[in-house]
Amino acid sequence: MTYDLVVIGGGPAGVAGALTAALAGLRVALIDSGARLGGQYFRHAAAHGTGHAAESGLARFLRLGERLGERADLLLRHQVWHISQNDGGDFTVHCNGPDGGPVAVRARRLLIATGAHDRPLPFPGWDLPGVLTAGGAQALLKGNGVVPGRRVVVGGTGPFLLPVATGLAEAGARVLGVYEANGGLGLARHPLLAMGKAGEAAGYAATLARHLVPYRTRRAVVAAHGEREVQAVTVARLDQDWNVLATRVVECDTVAVGYGFVPQIELGLQLGCGTRQDVDGSPVLSVDSAQRTTVPGVWAAGEPTGVGGWQLSELEGRIAGRSIAERPVAGVLTRRRDRGRAFGAALQRAYPVKAGWQGWLRADTLVCRCEEVPLARVREARDLGATDARSVKLLARPGMGWCQGRICGYAVSCLAGEPQQPSRRPIAQPVSLGALADTADGIPDDPATDPVDDPAH
Amino acid sequence: MTFHITIDGRQVPVVPGQTIGAALHAAGVRSWRTTRFGGRPRGLFCGIGVCFDCLISVNGRAPERACLLEAAPGDEVTTS
Ligand SMILES: Cc1cc2nc3c(=O)[nH]c(=O)nc-3n(C[C@H](O)[C@H](O)[C@H](O)COP(=O)(O)OP(=O)(O)OC[C@H]3O[C@@H](n4cnc5c(N)ncnc54)[C@H](O)[C@@H]3O)c2cc1C
Ligand code: FES
Repeated sequence: MTYDLVVIGGGPAGVAGALTAALAGLRVALIDSGARLGGQYFRHAAAHGTGHAAESGLARFLRLGERLGERADLLLRHQVWHISQNDGGDFTVHCNGPDGGPVAVRARRLLIATGAHDRPLPFPGWDLPGVLTAGGAQALLKGNGVVPGRRVVVGGTGPFLLPVATGLAEAGARVLGVYEANGGLGLARHPLLAMGKAGEAAGYAATLARHLVPYRTRRAVVAAHGEREVQAVTVARLDQDWNVLATRVVECDTVAVGYGFVPQIELGLQLGCGTRQDVDGSPVLSVDSAQRTTVPGVWAAGEPTGVGGWQLSELEGRIAGRSIAERPVAGVLTRRRDRGRAFGAALQRAYPVKAGWQGWLRADTLVCRCEEVPLARVREARDLGATDARSVKLLARPGMGWCQGRICGYAVSCLAGEPQQPSRRPIAQPVSLGALADTADGIPDDPATDPVDDPAH
Repeated sequence: MTFHITIDGRQVPVVPGQTIGAALHAAGVRSWRTTRFGGRPRGLFCGIGVCFDCLISVNGRAPERACLLEAAPGDEVTTS
């Protein structure tokens, strides 16, 4: 069986796109690697309390998810690692199923709604256990009900640090400080205020104040210390290019750091979708006003087209769903989306990553955590004549490990002195050689082994 | 409502729905493998399946990402 539409990603963008298309009468399947719908924003514990459900829109999202479940096939715990285009023009989506075995799903049209992941920057000691990405801390809290630590330092740049810090404080962690590397004006002049999000900003400010959490700008966590796990961090006061002016040591057991987000565009790249550079330099998928990528039959919505928050992701999903179902898209939707994009771009401009972070590194600081490549080896590669990230990668092997450069890719590009390039041979998830061999032979379209080929609807 | 998994024979409580990585982290177990070259400890980092720091062997299977894998009663995990 071939679906009219297969959506990859069950966050706000994917669920909105899938539901819109399903309501218009299309046969839809939605695939997500997680155990539950929600993506990164509407991540929730299996047994979430009612208090949590009241949180900004979660109850509404769960209702959308239920409606979607009645009208479409949900393939949860399925990780997509490759999509191929068949001779007839339709697509085969290759996944690892819940038991690790291969599952192939056919689609006439695709919606890529794979979201983003945190963008960490390396610093001495960033690989010590207890140092988490800001999103990782959030995932522990929201998805698992686990408070990541007792004494927590939050650092990085961008408005996302605020929900992370307030979430931690409300869950009982002692948040020792929120260190925002940009700006010089503090919460009272936070860009959220200028962008008509005064209520949101005020809510965060009030929560931080209630829990006596200091919010400091032009500060950063520039080193983590400890033997087998983090026991303290060095917090630096920065100049406007993020060079260190002064430092002090803060004892803590947990660190949550994030410097913005990296859109996950691997599946689009595999299909040959065109990219553009976003305001912050990240490669993102190019889309037209109806969310169509440059490859016929492939749409993209949410963070793969640029980061701008969950409401924008959802709007893009709805627009894509209409367009995929060949229904007219209301002007009010596209206007709201365009405002959302302008807002996202303004935030990216307000929270850039400044080059001074490179000065926080020491020769032995790991740049690539997987292949354990220290700064010294990256510099060596540059001295040998590598002037772009690709040659640095070939010589020093950063980004050649399990994560395939998702974590260090941004840092390696900066260290090589170039903007981040889209990867050339993207695999969405590392897979076993067995699974690769299976695709080489072409996965048989065997309904007996295909759990989605269920005629019950 | 909680159940248990074991790490190297030690019991760790789990709230249903939690991942193995979250349960270990909550129990104060913050690393469960060491790196190939430097022997550096590794546990959770990205928390969403991107970094592969959290690889762990469950019930003798090949290593999987502890931050994605939901714990099941009686799971036995080993550090490496
Ligand atoms: C870890 C993390 C935590 C965040 N927490 C917050 C928060 O608390 N508050 C906030 O305002 N913003 C948060 N954000 C920002 C958030 O990403 C956006 O606001 C919003 O979730 C974007 O929605 P989306 O639908 O575009 O993508 P997402 O919500 O990220 O959804 C993408 C989905 O695609 C799935 N996926 C990706 N690749 C594959 C694949 N190959 N195979 C199968 N499934 C795949 C993912 O599992 C995910 O469920 C967070 C971001 C991250 C990375
Ligand atoms: S913590 Fe990054 S993959 Fe599990």
